[in-house]
Amino acid sequence: MEFLRPTSWGEALAAKADAPGAVPIAGGTDVMVELNFDKHRPEALLDLNRVGELATWSEEEDGRLRVGAAVPYARIIGELGGRLPGLAMAARTVGSPQIRNRGTVGGNLGAASPAGDSHPPLLAADAEIEVESAARGTRMIPAGEFYTGVKRSALAPDELIRAFHVRPAEGPQQFSKIGTRNAMVIAVCSFGLALHPSDQRIGTGIGSAAPTPRRAFEAEEYAAGELDWAGRSPLDERVARRFGELAARAAAPIDDVRGTAEYRLHALSVMARRTLTWAWKDYLNGGATACA
Amino acid sequence: MERGETAVRAEIALRVNGEERRVVADTRTSLLDLLRERLGLTGSKKGCDHGQCGACTVLVDGRRVNACLALAVAHQGADVVTVEGLADGDEPHPLQRAFVENDAFQCGYCTPGQLCSAVGVLAEAARGWPSHVTADLAADGVELDEAEIRERMSGNICRCGAYPGIVAAIREAAGGGTAR
Ligand SMILES: Cc1cc2nc3c(=O)[nH]c(=O)nc-3n(C[C@H](O)[C@H](O)[C@H](O)COP(=O)(O)OP(=O)(O)OC[C@H]3O[C@@H](n4cnc5c(N)ncnc54)[C@H](O)[C@@H]3O)c2cc1C
Ligand code: FES
Ligand code: FES
Repeated sequence: MEFLRPTSWGEALAAKADAPGAVPIAGGTDVMVELNFDKHRPEALLDLNRVGELATWSEEEDGRLRVGAAVPYARIIGELGGRLPGLAMAARTVGSPQIRNRGTVGGNLGAASPAGDSHPPLLAADAEIEVESAARGTRMIPAGEFYTGVKRSALAPDELIRAFHVRPAEGPQQFSKIGTRNAMVIAVCSFGLALHPSDQRIGTGIGSAAPTPRRAFEAEEYAAGELDWAGRSPLDERVARRFGELAARAAAPIDDVRGTAEYRLHALSVMARRTLTWAWKDYLNGGATACA
Repeated sequence: MERGETAVRAEIALRVNGEERRVVADTRTSLLDLLRERLGLTGSKKGCDHGQCGACTVLVDGRRVNACLALAVAHQGADVVTVEGLADGDEPHPLQRAFVENDAFQCGYCTPGQLCSAVGVLAEAARGWPSHVTADLAADGVELDEAEIRERMSGNICRCGAYPGIVAAIREAAGGGTAR
């Protein structure tokens, strides 16, 4: 197995163009499982750990945060938890502390598993993924268009993920995940929610309950219209329940070893109802963020 | 690009427990296999090779990681500390002492990983990193109570179920007195 070790972003793109079959490795928490079990013998690995800029984040002029693909979860939680509370809440449920010290959002996007925990909060917060190739330059892909199938994404073979761009939370955000125990569980299903008070909108993201992570558009529109943004009156229990039903309706789950489709639909409606209830309560209390 | 590194075998230079080590190894070698099979440091254990048990936990540049999920060649120049490097000469690390005093193991298979992980826990808590169960996210340091320790050690599994002793030992080493 060849081991390519670019030291700059330009070199990384050139290497990927030369060898589109080369498998990028960031934290390695997905790639190494495959290597150790010999599921996959890549012709080459492309180590991104020497490309320093991938492990940095910055504030952009458009007001968004640009977070490098290889910033590990532990740093997202520690350094960006206040501004990206939904993503930080999801990050805190990934694997174990050891996995969170190495695993990255870029790797989660690269793997594009429907169960990846970054996806619901990225969808709910309208994140965009910055990808680039040596031949065609930079593309910005909205999270909603990034996931194209089970473990498949819009990333072309000669492209690499450079960063994701996302607005700091301007309202409460929530993330809820169902698994069989607290640590190291792949989500049976998960739900991310973000309130966007300035345009009186709700963002959602569903995980593990369809071939790809996806938004629950009908639920978003319904709740945005029913919620009393200006008057800040309490959430009507019926609205919360209906929101849950509509969120579940957006899913297309399967039966698998982790749970049945029916269970997932039920769990989703409960998670959607609860996260909306919590987030709205925070909104009424004037909190910008939930329990970041 | 360092073209010299593109062969199937590569020279890997690491600092392990304070000593510079150099080995030529297959580029697919995990850090765990390198430590155990090439450097003779068999303290770190291979429980699953999957990231799920924590028995292979070591400190890389001060952070705890699963050595089975670390590609050795991707860690050129890294500073690695294994359980063999925790003691100060003949003087056990305070956590090692606390593990012995609190019966924090039975068969001992998970212990090297538990110890390295616990070193990471103390460092992370001192830096004020919150966990899933931390209530006060604004505090400078984190009070390591039982719930915090259990959450923070959740990446280390003990088949013998020595958890009460492990929690007590970490509490003691963290300066919180014994839990029992
Ligand atoms: C024990 C265990 C528990 C886990 N628990 C969870 C969990 O709870 N939730 C969860 O979501 N995941 C979990 N995972 C999976 C994994 O940790 C995450 O998907 C993580 O985000 C992967 O990041 P990484 O940097 O380690 O990726 P890597 O393994 O380095 O890469 C993953 C994939 O992305 C590609 N890639 C990486 N970076 C780039 C880039 N910049 N551009 C293009 N492609 C790229 C790689 O080629 C590979 O296909 C777990 C894994 C283990 C071993
Ligand atoms: S051997 Fe590495 S986590 Fe189990
Ligand atoms: S002491 Fe036996 S596995 Fe922990």
